[in-house]
Order: sequence, then C-alpha cells, then structure tokens
Amino acid sequence: MIQGMAALVSMNGITKFFGPVKVLDQVDFSIYPGEVHILAGENGAGKSTLIKILAGAYSDYQGRIVMEDHEIRPSSPLDANRHGIAAIHQELSLIPSMSVADNLFLGHPMTRSGFVMEKAHRQSAREVLTRAGVNVSVNTFVEDLPISVQQLIEITKAIRLNARVLIMDEPSSALNAYDVETLFALVQQLKSQNRGIVYITHRLEEIHRLADRITVLRDGKLAGTALASELPEKKLIHLMVGREMEEQFPRHTMQKSSEALRVENLSVYKAGWGHRPLVDGVSLSAGRGEILGIGGLQGSGASELFLGLFGALPKRTVGRVSIEGKPVRIRSPREAISHGVALLTNDRKATGLISPMSVTANMCAASLGKLSRYGWRRPREEERMATEMGRTLQLRASSYDMEVGDLSGGNQQKVAIGKWLSISPRIMLLDEPTRGIDVGAKQEIYQLMNELTTRGISILLVTSEMPELLAMSDRIIVMHRGIITAEFSRIEATAEKVLEAAMGKINGDVGTTRKETDAHAADN
Amino acid sequence: MLQTIRRALTSSAGRAFLELLLVILLGVAFNADGAFFKVGTHRDTLRQASVYGILACGMTLVMITGGIDLSVGSILAVSSVSFSILTMHMDWPWWLAIIACLFLGSALGSMSGALVSNLKLQPFIATLALMSFARGFAKLITDGKKISTYVEQGGKVIIKQLPPVFKFIDSSILGGDVSIVSVIFLVCFLAAWVFLARHKWGRELYSIGGNEEAARLSGVPVRMAKFLAYTFSGLMCAVAGIAQAAQETQGDPVTGDGYELIVISMVAIGGTSLAGGRGGMGLTLLGILTIGYLNKILSINAVPDAGRRMITGVIIVLAVLMQKRRTK
Repeated sequence: MIQGMAALVSMNGITKFFGPVKVLDQVDFSIYPGEVHILAGENGAGKSTLIKILAGAYSDYQGRIVMEDHEIRPSSPLDANRHGIAAIHQELSLIPSMSVADNLFLGHPMTRSGFVMEKAHRQSAREVLTRAGVNVSVNTFVEDLPISVQQLIEITKAIRLNARVLIMDEPSSALNAYDVETLFALVQQLKSQNRGIVYITHRLEEIHRLADRITVLRDGKLAGTALASELPEKKLIHLMVGREMEEQFPRHTMQKSSEALRVENLSVYKAGWGHRPLVDGVSLSAGRGEILGIGGLQGSGASELFLGLFGALPKRTVGRVSIEGKPVRIRSPREAISHGVALLTNDRKATGLISPMSVTANMCAASLGKLSRYGWRRPREEERMATEMGRTLQLRASSYDMEVGDLSGGNQQKVAIGKWLSISPRIMLLDEPTRGIDVGAKQEIYQLMNELTTRGISILLVTSEMPELLAMSDRIIVMHRGIITAEFSRIEATAEKVLEAAMGKINGDVGTTRKETDAHAADN
Repeated sequence: MLQTIRRALTSSAGRAFLELLLVILLGVAFNADGAFFKVGTHRDTLRQASVYGILACGMTLVMITGGIDLSVGSILAVSSVSFSILTMHMDWPWWLAIIACLFLGSALGSMSGALVSNLKLQPFIATLALMSFARGFAKLITDGKKISTYVEQGGKVIIKQLPPVFKFIDSSILGGDVSIVSVIFLVCFLAAWVFLARHKWGRELYSIGGNEEAARLSGVPVRMAKFLAYTFSGLMCAVAGIAQAAQETQGDPVTGDGYELIVISMVAIGGTSLAGGRGGMGLTLLGILTIGYLNKILSINAVPDAGRRMITGVIIVLAVLMQKRRTK
C-alpha cells in the first residue's frame, strides 16, 4: 500500500520551542493516502504540538512540511484547510448555539452576492451528513446534541472541506461503544476515499483495529515509525516508555498501617444526557501514611474521581466513602474540609488560587473559619499561620502581602499546598502536584510528601509523569476511561505494566467483573 | 522619596487619591468667585453625596464579588415611599417605620441575591429585573402619586404636620457643619468597611470575585456570601431611601431614577474592579468624594445640565483609565 506511493504530506526535521523548552526535536512524520497513521506517546510526548503545527496552530517551528513537492507553511487553521488539511481537536470547534447546518458551513459559507444561501446550506448539509452516515437533523442546535454526535459532526465538517489529510486527536474519548463503531466506520470510509488520517489515541484496542502505521514520540523526539504489523504491543509500549529510571525520588517506604480512606463503587457522571460516566464504579482504599498513586492517561477519570470524592460535583457523584472506618457523606467541599480531606487541583490558576489576593489571604482561604473568632478575622493569627506555612514550605516571596498571581509557578504551588496544610488534613488528594514547576521546587514537594506521610497523612497522587508515579507511590492503581484496570504494589510496578493498563489492557488480578461492568456501561 | 511617591501613585489608592486631588484643583481653578473656599460648599458637597454614598457601600460589596446591582435606585424609592406612608399617613412611630423599611429593603435585595446565587442568573439580569419590579412596587403602593403631608381624607384635603423624624434627619449638628445624613452615611461606611476588612464574610466576597471556582473548592460558602451581599445592598438602599424621604419631605415613587449609574461610577472610579476581587471601602470613599466634588464644582459654576452630563462622562472615562491595572 505504501511502497511506490507518494506521501500526501511529509514533515521533516520539525523542531519547536515553547520559550526555552524544546518540545519537539527533529521529528519526521509523513502521511500516505489511504492510511490510518497512529501517533502514540505518553502525555507530554509532543503529539499534540506536532499535529497542531500541521494544522496551522503554530507557525514558528523549524523544519519543512512538504506537500506534493512544494513546501507549505500552514499559518492558520484556515490556511491549513486551504491545503487540504483539517484537524478535529479534543476541544470541539463547533459553536453550540448554532444549528448543525450553520456549523458545517462556518467560515466557508455558500453565498450569493454576499448573502448566505440558507436553503442550499441545509440541502448540502443533509447530503454530506447522509454520506457520512450521521443521522441528525440539520436544524438542530449543536448544544442539544450529545457530545458523541457533536464529534461526528466535527468530522463531517472536515469531510465537507474535502480535506485530504484528516487529523483526529482522541476522537473517541467522549464516545460510547455504539458511537465508536460509527466513528470507525467513518474512518474506514475516509480511508477508502484515499484520504490520509492521523489518529491520536491512548487506547490499545483502537490501535489494533485501526492502525496501518504507527509513529511513537517520546519526550519530543521520534522514538520510531513502523507498520502496525511489525509493531506488537510489547514493543510499542517499550518504545513509548523507553527511558532509564533514575533514583531521583527519595521515597521512604512506609509501614503497614490502619485504613484511612475507603471508597466503594464511586461513580461520577457528566452533566447532560447520553454520556458515559467519567468515573465508573471505582473502589479503592488507602492506609494512614500511605501514598496511593493513580496512573492514567488523558480521560482516565482520575481528576474527576478526586472532584467527586471532594464533594465538588455533588449532584453527579454516587458511591460510599468512609474515613478511618466511619462512613461519611461529603456533599460539598466544605464538608470534605470538615472531614480533613484536602484537594490540590491540577490547575492552580483556574481552580487553585485566587490570583488577585495576597499570599496570606490565599494561605488562609480554606481555614478562615478556624482562624476567625465569632466570624471576625484575626489578621495577626492569619499572618502567623501564613509565615509558619511559608517557612515549612520554604516559600520564596518578597512579601506575604503581594498578589499570589505575581509569584513563580513553584512558589504558587507551595501557596496552594500551604492552604491545604493549614486545615491539618488527614487525607490529601494531590492532582498533578508538580505540574509546570522547576526541578528544585519538585524535589521540595517530594520531600514534603514524605514528611506528611510520616505524620500519618495519607496521600492520593494523580500524576501524568511516569517516573514520579513509580517512585513516589507505595501502591499504584491504574485507571482507563473511568474504571480501574490494574493495581500494583511498589515492587511489581513497571512503566510498561502501568502504561499497558492505562491504555485499556485489563489486568487479571483486578478481576473479570470489572470487564463486565465496562462492557455493560459502554452499552448504555 | 521619588520611589515612594511613584509606588504610592501606582497603587489603586494612590491613583484614586490623585483623581480626587485633580478634581479639587479643578475646583480651585474654577472657584466661582471664591464660593469653592466657603465651608458651606464642602458641607453641602458631603450632604449631597451622602445618599449616593450610602448606596455605594452596598454596591462596593456586590461589585467585589464580580457582580453589579442595578436595582439600588428603585429599592431606594420603595423605601422612601414606604417610610412616608407609614409615618405621614398611618402615623406609625418613627422607629417602627424605620425597622419596617429596613426589613423591606433587605427583602428586595435578598430577592436579587436569591436570583443570583441560587438560580445562577447573571447579576446584571437579576438586578435589572429587580430594578423594574421594585419601581413598579413603589408606584403600586402610592398609586403613582407623591406621598406628602397633604392627605386626602373623605374627599377633603388636610395638611398634616411633618413628622419630627423628617426634620431631624434633614438637620445638622456641630453648629450646622455636619448634616445628619452625612453621619448616617459615615455609620454605613464604617459598617461596610468593618465587614469587608475585618470579617470572614468580607474575605469570602473578595475570594468569590477573585476566582469563584477556587473559592468554592476552598470551602467558601459561595451562595450564602453572595446572597448576603445583595441583601446588604438592599439594606443600604432602605437607609438611603429614608434619608431621601427626609430630604425631599415626601415619598416620591420616581425618586432615585438613574442613581445606579452614578453609584456604579463612584465605586468604579475609586478603583473597585467591575471584574471583582479587587477594591475596598477606602477606595469607594475617594470615588464618592471625586464625583461629589465634580458635581458641586459644575453646579457652583452654573454649568448647564447638558454640559454637566457630558463632562461627567469624560471624567469617568479618564478616571477609569487611570485605574486600569498595568499588565506586566
């Protein structure tokens, strides 16, 4: 199929910097007509950056993109469309308040002397949708459709543009089993029309079903490209992980101890109808002083598990939780805090800190009630607490009155952690605690995690950094699309095993019942 | 020294102070043959700004949460006419009438609060609805007429005596240099300040305006805090309405029309951001004085209404531009 055929597009020696950080380093990538080319790699390997360059989102890259013997330089998504390249992103680019037909023609309307030809739009939209096998009325507003149908409309939009190269970034992440089949049929159809498809996925099953060729990226470099038939699962995983483990994390192993947290059958649903649950009947337990690592790739549901546990999604969460043997009901973050549960969110800017407020104010945000007397604040107590936390965390701030938004990333994270230490937590849910901070600050946070666990605090750690997960966790569970697919002790866990489970391979130890629940849930 | 001045001028308070200073300089330049230098002019400025100032206390709290309250003028009118009806027509004792009006104003404010915090309406829409509703209510209970000491009873018009509480609120103390409405304003100001700066609730309002989701995830009772902010604003409207009735010696159902815009501009000029999370009562005080003095200077120079409105518009733009936070 590939031999003797010219590539639709080839990207040669692509290098890209974000500030001083090299995120892509001399990557070669090409797409042939009629193939599904899977782009694989761990979180942060550079997959998204690579396809964004191809789709015209970043034009300040080094290297060449060649299409039919001409070099092109897509400068915007629209420019990429003109070259016949269309991308379907995870975050959909549809406008919710507009109809299906209007969305399909967005940016490329059919007009007569400047006026939009509504009737022709609807007619043509109907044709395109029928051909693609998407059964939906063209007059429906996109916001009224389930996310899966929106995804299919997004793809249809690319087909309408007559794109010869289609880029799909985890198109199945929000789809249920039935819609996934529609998607696959659509992909097969596109293949048969000799279009080239770049497909990013974290699911082994999809790689098996769809891949003609696979390219693996690792830490911004090309780890290898091969025909799917020449790349068995084991080898693929090895290519993706492929790094030497260094002993850079000083985890003191812990003693067996009493149970601090038990979660039974916890599910978190998505708002709206027709969605599969984000977390689907998860059960787990954590001991006092234990670090329970939760591994998973994008869309694993680990962050939603934390939000559900913390009472942040009260109407969408069901399940039983007990803390130190006592059953508890947590219906709001306030209640979680009163039970000694803390949640460090994965995005300090959006959900962690209040950037226009001072360091002190942020440190006290979760413990204000405790620091006040009859509701009246005691600024001196607050300052004393903030200073004490700052000292424990080795916070570097020129003044505790400065706005927290003006601190460096690492110091912001320390403030966010300080806020939670101030409630004297029993259980800390840490979601990506070292995201976007420098090596020095990372080490300090690892140290702190060790200290906290020796004090008997149990930590649940979600991280997308494999070395961090393996080194800091006493025990690891792995999630994939809302369910637990594997559990490992510290000794058993290897990067390969974790990644395999994160991509959907269900570990025998966890039991076959899990598989059934998954199949059952997928049918809903 | 120069450094200190520069730092002072880059802070919100410094810039708000500078605005006030520039307006006062304007008064010195256009002093209307020395009228600006008379004590009486300044007392009047303060007295005339007091009703707005009382409203601005509630508005500041609401705006710090990132919200806005458009209903202040209408709720003021409800309070003003209710107070007049209760004291003039129904002969309630003054203290009971005051309690009833404060309760009524708070209740109307709490309606905005419930719409915003429980039903998650945008503050603009919720208080726009209340603005219309409360104005209608004021007209309903007065039959659209002004409430005064002229009372129709059995086809005859009798002139009742003005209740003494009206005279008291409209009087002055300290040899006539400080009017009672200004004292009322001061009390409201101190209350708002102490809540905002010293109470848990104030801190919660700032955190909601700064980042509502982060506040919620830190255990801040977001709904309750917001609900109370609008209720407090309603309470301030009630106080302002009573003062307004006393100053006008009547209850006028169309009084306070357009006050919301003046009050919002006072708060914004002070440096409380419409986006929420930043600001404070000290800044609002500077904003109140800036607009208050501007109005006084324009009036002693006999600038006609058309020109006054245009100049005020220009000053608001300039002042808010000065307040704009420099992004690094």
